[in-house]
Amino acid sequence: MAVDASSAGPALRGARRSLSAFFWRRPWLKVTALLGPPLAWLVLIYLAALAALLISGFWTSDFFTGRIVHDWTLENFKQVFSFSDTTYLRIAWSTIWMAAAVTVTDAVLAFPIAYYMARIARPRTRALLFVLVLLPLWSSYIVRVYAWRVILQENGILNWALHGVGLPDANLAFTNTSMWIVFSYVWLPFMILPVFAALERIPDNYLEASADLGARGFRTFRSVILPLALPGLVAGSIFTFSLTLGDYLTPVLIGGANAQFIGNVVFNNVGIANNVPFAAAYAVLPVLVIALYLAIARKLGAFEAL
Amino acid sequence: METRRLRIGLVAWTVFVVAFLWVPLLVICTYAFNKSNIQDWPPAGFSTKWFGTAWDNPDVRDAFVLSVKAGIGATAFAVVFGTLLAFGLQRFQFFGRDVISFLFILPIALPGIVTGMALNRFYDVAGIGLSVWTIVIGHATFCMVIVFNNVVARLRRTSPSLIEASQDLGADGWQTFRFVTWPTIATSLVAGGLLAFALSFDEVIVTYFTAGSNNTLPLIIFGYIREGLRLPVVNVIVFAVLLLTVVPVVVSVRLTRDTGVLRQR
Amino acid sequence: MRRVKRRHVAFAVAAAALLAAFIVPSLSVGASQGGTLKMIAWDGYLDAKWVTPFEKQSGCKIQGKVAGSSSEMVSLMRNSGGQYDMVSASGDASLRLIYGGYVQPVDVSKIPQWKQFQAPFKSPPNNTVDGKHYGISLQFGPNTLLYRTDKIKNIGNSWAAIYNPKYKGKLTVPDNAIQIADAALYLMKTKPSLGIKDPYELNKTQFDATVSLLKQQKKLVKKYWTGSGDNAQLIKSGDAWLGPSWPLTTGSLLAAKVPVREFIPKEGATGWLDTWMLSAKSKNTDCAYKWYRYISSPKVQALQGVTWGETPVNSKACPYMNKLSKGSCKIYHAAEPLAYYRSLYFWKTPVPDCGNGKKDCMDFSKWENAWTEIKAS
Repeated sequence: MAVDASSAGPALRGARRSLSAFFWRRPWLKVTALLGPPLAWLVLIYLAALAALLISGFWTSDFFTGRIVHDWTLENFKQVFSFSDTTYLRIAWSTIWMAAAVTVTDAVLAFPIAYYMARIARPRTRALLFVLVLLPLWSSYIVRVYAWRVILQENGILNWALHGVGLPDANLAFTNTSMWIVFSYVWLPFMILPVFAALERIPDNYLEASADLGARGFRTFRSVILPLALPGLVAGSIFTFSLTLGDYLTPVLIGGANAQFIGNVVFNNVGIANNVPFAAAYAVLPVLVIALYLAIARKLGAFEAL
Repeated sequence: METRRLRIGLVAWTVFVVAFLWVPLLVICTYAFNKSNIQDWPPAGFSTKWFGTAWDNPDVRDAFVLSVKAGIGATAFAVVFGTLLAFGLQRFQFFGRDVISFLFILPIALPGIVTGMALNRFYDVAGIGLSVWTIVIGHATFCMVIVFNNVVARLRRTSPSLIEASQDLGADGWQTFRFVTWPTIATSLVAGGLLAFALSFDEVIVTYFTAGSNNTLPLIIFGYIREGLRLPVVNVIVFAVLLLTVVPVVVSVRLTRDTGVLRQR
Repeated sequence: MRRVKRRHVAFAVAAAALLAAFIVPSLSVGASQGGTLKMIAWDGYLDAKWVTPFEKQSGCKIQGKVAGSSSEMVSLMRNSGGQYDMVSASGDASLRLIYGGYVQPVDVSKIPQWKQFQAPFKSPPNNTVDGKHYGISLQFGPNTLLYRTDKIKNIGNSWAAIYNPKYKGKLTVPDNAIQIADAALYLMKTKPSLGIKDPYELNKTQFDATVSLLKQQKKLVKKYWTGSGDNAQLIKSGDAWLGPSWPLTTGSLLAAKVPVREFIPKEGATGWLDTWMLSAKSKNTDCAYKWYRYISSPKVQALQGVTWGETPVNSKACPYMNKLSKGSCKIYHAAEPLAYYRSLYFWKTPVPDCGNGKKDCMDFSKWENAWTEIKAS
């Protein structure tokens, strides 16, 4: 496959060559050409939209017509961060707590299977497991959530199975426990994949070296494997944490009366109460939390492991 | 390296997790064949009549087509922009590189509802009517990161000295790309594209705010679940989607099995 | 080399398939004659029983979107850039849509069936402003108390049941800020010292008392239902045994052989009067008027009334109702609706100006905030 065997004529080849040389000598131009379009997209569309949303947090909405009134005010933020009526802070706290619980659960669930897939399974098995972990991501998220409702409801499969072995009803329907289960279930593939990638990257000779130096299984795990897998864990946790923090559908379909989370409060204010400025003000809170989380994650090297 | 007991434990755990992931899906698939429309367990009987009902429903067909269109559009943008981004960030060192990679995590890291609300306001202020294109733009914004991740992961595994070697041998930029770079990243592009399509196809929250009165398949499903009257059709839809997506996902995995040019093992 | 070639073929085939997927469906879209009406409607308002015959005879296609509350309808009309053609708005949404400029007046001279409407529904204040009709009335009905007869033997005759700790964990309540009015109605009858005259006009003291009652109730709630299907599922599965509900839900549960009963307790009930409104930006006025004429005709009014469990506004619907279900005309008070109509406290948007000279009543945004507070308490 000789390079000269390309089908282009000499004139075209000459032009291409001088163009490549041009870019080779000016790497900054190449970077601009490469990064220009995506950056333009991000800044002009996404960041502009975020800015527009943030600004509307300082406005109010007419309660009757739902139209946004451009009166500058701090009222919305005062209500969100109020300490006299802590409703919204409490809601944010329960959401963060749930997100943390889900993240820890998924990390625990994902690590052994990721380890097995990355380091023990034969290539065929690994591919099969990869497909089995990836496929659930393809089926509709809300149906997977709804399936759990069907499983957990009073006359559902779980109680049927428990009755079958003589145990009483689980009474899990519409509780925070059921939400925890469903959140952990839905985001689990997002945790397995980065951890798998991180574990896969560990060279065999590291583990051999560790054994040569006298470390037994657990010590190797603690001092060699875990630190190297940490970026993968943190990368996966970005997904589990932020997806849980902002979710609205699961609380509505699975949650009970206690399921007031940031997601559904924001949604209720936008999609129902027509109070976009308040929703925007409240949305600032999860954005800040996630920004903080991302900053920490970056320190822990998660971005290379994404 | 690992003890036998540990291995057995890991296998057992793996089986448990896979079962955990699949039991709810299998439950829905069983219900797709449920004779009655009441979601009791055990199901009342076996029947395939709901498949006909689902297909006869023009809203479902239209929503499926719209989902596919939006997915293709979003994937196209995501692949192009994601690859540009991957090359721009991976191959060059420059001031502000970290900031840019941080910025691009935002569409995925921030809650979907924030992205959705923001885009809705943006379209409202800019006077852009909600249509399939507003859906595509919304999806592409976070699908870019998926493709970016895949390509960057592949680029990290390939040695830059390959490019230099190619140029030493006399290839110009285009030839280097076509004969050296492209074969290296092609499979990661396809894998990333398939994953981006999956993400777009399944998306609900951002789509809710950017679709207007148009319905994608997930929006239809959501509406039906809230109505509670067409649940068997919902079961059928998800069963069909599962079947239809086995092939691309299997293809995606096979393509990424060949894991780069200089893999350490 | 071979590998690259196979992939090229694969990509080419894929690209061709994708292009086909884009082009072919676009071609068929232009083929629909008559136009499509995109409608926002309550659960069960676009039942195939009357939609399919309409589509056949008019050539217009209907695409429905179900909304769970009036606020959601207003929000959809606002956020979706005017893409919907019609909306079945209740009294607490209609004025908001009118004053927000989201709907346009309709010409009732083009709808002969309007003349057959009972007098109070021809130009009610919730859809007629300054003599202009922003849509025409559709049907009206009550919010009832629904319960499972096999789980609750003696529920009594009062709304007190839904505040009774006996039913802790078995209650389901609509997830809608307008529910505050139901609690206010209960207090209006059981605590006259508060001085509530209208459950939608509450000053701070009355409002706080109502919110406090609802916070007590929250401890008993299993889940707040978001739509008729949600409500029915909860009752069917036994997760909930009782709660405020719609006749539509009762009907669907009875059809599924679940032992339930609904009634209006002695304190009375809130209700709703719905209007089909036409979006300000709609271009499908032809189809819209066809729909108006169709849905207001006596036969269809009767069919919808009996199917859903609500009362038609067309005075000529009675005989058709009795044909569909014996005695239904009497059950739904379709023949002499006035006394029944006056007994219901219809949904309307709470505003600060409650007619006592002062403007100290709570407006709806305070209701929405309080509702979040109640659910989070």
